[in-house]
Amino acid sequence: MPDDIRPLLHASGISKFFPGAVALDEVELKLLPGEVHALLGENGAGKSTLIKCLTGAYRRDGGKIELEGVEVDPASTNESQALGIGTVYQEVNLLPNMTVAENLFLGRQITRGGLLRRRAMNRAARDVLLDYGLDIDPAEPLTSYSVAVQQVIAIARAVEMSGKVLILDEPTASLDREEVQLVFSVIRKLKERGLAVVFITHFLDQVFEISDRATVLRNGQVVGERDLRKVSSNDIVTLMLGRQLEEKVQERKGGHAGEVLVEIEDLGKRGMVEPFNLTLHEGEVVGLAGLLGSGRTETANLVFGAVQGDQGKISKRGREIRINRPRDAITHRFALCPEDRKTEGIVGDLSVRDNIILALQARQGWIRPLPRARVNEIAEHYVRALDIRLASLDMPIRLLSGGNQQKALLARWLATQPDLLILDEPTRGIDVGAHAEIIALIERLREEGMALLVASSEMEELVAYSTRVVVLRDRRQVGELTGDQITPSNIIRAIAAEEPAKEATA
Amino acid sequence: MSATTPSVFKRILPQLIILGVVLAFNVAVFPGFLNIEIHNGRVFGNLIDVLNRGAPVALLCIGMTLVIATRGIDLSVGAVMAIAGATAASLVSEGHHWTTALIGALAVGSLCGLWNGFLVAVLRIQPIVATLVLMVAGRGIAQLITEGTILTFIDPGLIRLGAGTIVGIPTPILIWIALGAGAIFAVRRTALGMLIEAIGINEASSRLAGINSRVLLICVYAMTGFCAALAGVIVAADIKGADANNAGLWLELDAILAVVIGGNSLLGGRFSILASLLGALIIQSVNSLILLSGMPPEFNLIIKSVLILAILVIQSPKVGHLIYMLRASSLHVQPEKSSSRPVLTPKEDAQ
Repeated sequence: MPDDIRPLLHASGISKFFPGAVALDEVELKLLPGEVHALLGENGAGKSTLIKCLTGAYRRDGGKIELEGVEVDPASTNESQALGIGTVYQEVNLLPNMTVAENLFLGRQITRGGLLRRRAMNRAARDVLLDYGLDIDPAEPLTSYSVAVQQVIAIARAVEMSGKVLILDEPTASLDREEVQLVFSVIRKLKERGLAVVFITHFLDQVFEISDRATVLRNGQVVGERDLRKVSSNDIVTLMLGRQLEEKVQERKGGHAGEVLVEIEDLGKRGMVEPFNLTLHEGEVVGLAGLLGSGRTETANLVFGAVQGDQGKISKRGREIRINRPRDAITHRFALCPEDRKTEGIVGDLSVRDNIILALQARQGWIRPLPRARVNEIAEHYVRALDIRLASLDMPIRLLSGGNQQKALLARWLATQPDLLILDEPTRGIDVGAHAEIIALIERLREEGMALLVASSEMEELVAYSTRVVVLRDRRQVGELTGDQITPSNIIRAIAAEEPAKEATA
Repeated sequence: MSATTPSVFKRILPQLIILGVVLAFNVAVFPGFLNIEIHNGRVFGNLIDVLNRGAPVALLCIGMTLVIATRGIDLSVGAVMAIAGATAASLVSEGHHWTTALIGALAVGSLCGLWNGFLVAVLRIQPIVATLVLMVAGRGIAQLITEGTILTFIDPGLIRLGAGTIVGIPTPILIWIALGAGAIFAVRRTALGMLIEAIGINEASSRLAGINSRVLLICVYAMTGFCAALAGVIVAADIKGADANNAGLWLELDAILAVVIGGNSLLGGRFSILASLLGALIIQSVNSLILLSGMPPEFNLIIKSVLILAILVIQSPKVGHLIYMLRASSLHVQPEKSSSRPVLTPKEDAQ
């Protein structure tokens, strides 16, 4: 460890108590200039709390923060920004209706005599963004650019305002592979400029790709600081979980599918998904693979009726059924865990208990409430079966960590005893432990005879649980892999079979 | 959905305290405030007046609570009151039985609610704009019904709804308590309350979970129209006439205020009808306080707004946080791990 370099930021003995719980227990974090430092840990390990203490969003209850050798005590995020600590969150928190330049300069607009100097601002924005490898028109509204570009703009804004320490809280969670590279190239440039970058993510391969060192948290304590050039990913995972993760068994139990459950013929919607055919059998997991925007989510939504198709038909067990809305799909025992857990999945302020029984209750109708005893029985059953970690069933679901929210949503749908379970990105943004549990759950449900349709951007994951993989490109089905054909490289080859679609990153 | 007694009590505690304080002020300016007497088989007293005069806003806030819980708002309730009052008055003056008039008025009110619900749930117009339409048009409709006059009536059956008594208690009190209890029962003993809250918190999630948000929204607005119609009939019966211009004027704002004082968020979600009803009583108690204190009437609105501002400040999250901090720093709660480290007081974050 390069002890001779003076750390740019040195937080030591940071403690934070919540009523009845110790969130951080004398945590130490040392950031060197020009390094990317990964902050790792399962959900609930204290990563976010630590970041919030560093940026002044939370008041810490103990410890000190030194920035360039001087003790600082930011009381708000504005103050920490002024000190030089900038933060970018997973959900880009810029203003979508304003232009790129306005977003970049919001709060420190270029003015003359109180009037905005729009042209000067656009010019300055263009120069700034060119440094970040973006050649875009800053006079355009933010929303005309992809999430990745928006993320880079958010980074640029944070760096221009702060410029010493940049904290990236899951910046790549909603980006696809190429977009991640765009963000990484920006991070590398910032590293050369001597910034210290804190990188928080659940993707271990990304950690090793971009980071120099890592601090691993578990239950509010630092369990290790490692030089990533000297350790393996297994070491890190072991540190995070505190237990040896069993080597993933890649062997598939015979892809023995049961009877035909659902047949989809020529289902499509103009401008969204080209008409496709798909047959789902009982006891099989069909994976949907493809790049971002290839039609994975759209396919899942069409089958569930979240989006109404303009042609095609669906039949279940040989009988044609009509699905115009999610309610229809639920009546026919379909279930969908949507991609965007926060905006389309959880009902944040309702209790975990209510969230779990929501779909079942909605199907029963309001006039026939589930008896309280039955509600508790269902909720407690799934909390145990899926190992959902919570303080109480009465707590609002938004307070749960990502992985536990996802499990609660799975519980919501399993409680309706579906025949077909559609999962859209079931493991996005959740920690390693919950990730493995959800994959195991998919396997178990398949063995019990459920049909599953799983859309995912994680190749390894698809390979692990799919009995069949349907590959999508440009909103069309372009291939299908079965049995031993299902390997990450085959999927990638199928996706890239033709000239790959130009990703509109700029 | 959890409706255990202690949690309900905890939920309405702030409203109870505020109501207690306002009533105490009433007693201070008018010592005989709490006296209740019985003359000719009817109870009299200032407290009874508060319950009686508070009936229109109490009725309005039942529906308003539900609408606000769905992240909506209904500005038209005052106008719907005028329409319903006019309908009832014109029906009895045409010689119909008072029950026909009541049913007719309630039907018209519910229809107004359905219209609002249609605009909001089907055409997806923002609730504040959608209900503004009827707020403006409603008084015009009421004037058409009364043909521009104040339509008076002498039907004793209809008058009894506003000015009469049942077993000595003024009818309006019984009506709002019955409807309030019925509504609370309906939303908490069925899954209605939870589904309404789910829509208000996250409609996209609710739709994907299979909730028929469109139908529920329409029902909620219809319910609000029904409540407004009932309030309109009571007000008309009380003055034995339908005044299309002034019946229920500005009462939509009092109803929204009652919901807010009841601690319900205008952003929708978790709601408590009981707390809203207490909010309505608080507003009426404030009105009573101004009246009893003998202030010149021109101060009424200003004093009312100052008192209500004070109530809202006390309820604001910032002040609540401050109180929490003061309490916590005097309690010295020790963190779970008590090591050699100095004792630090836990602080909650005002997020």
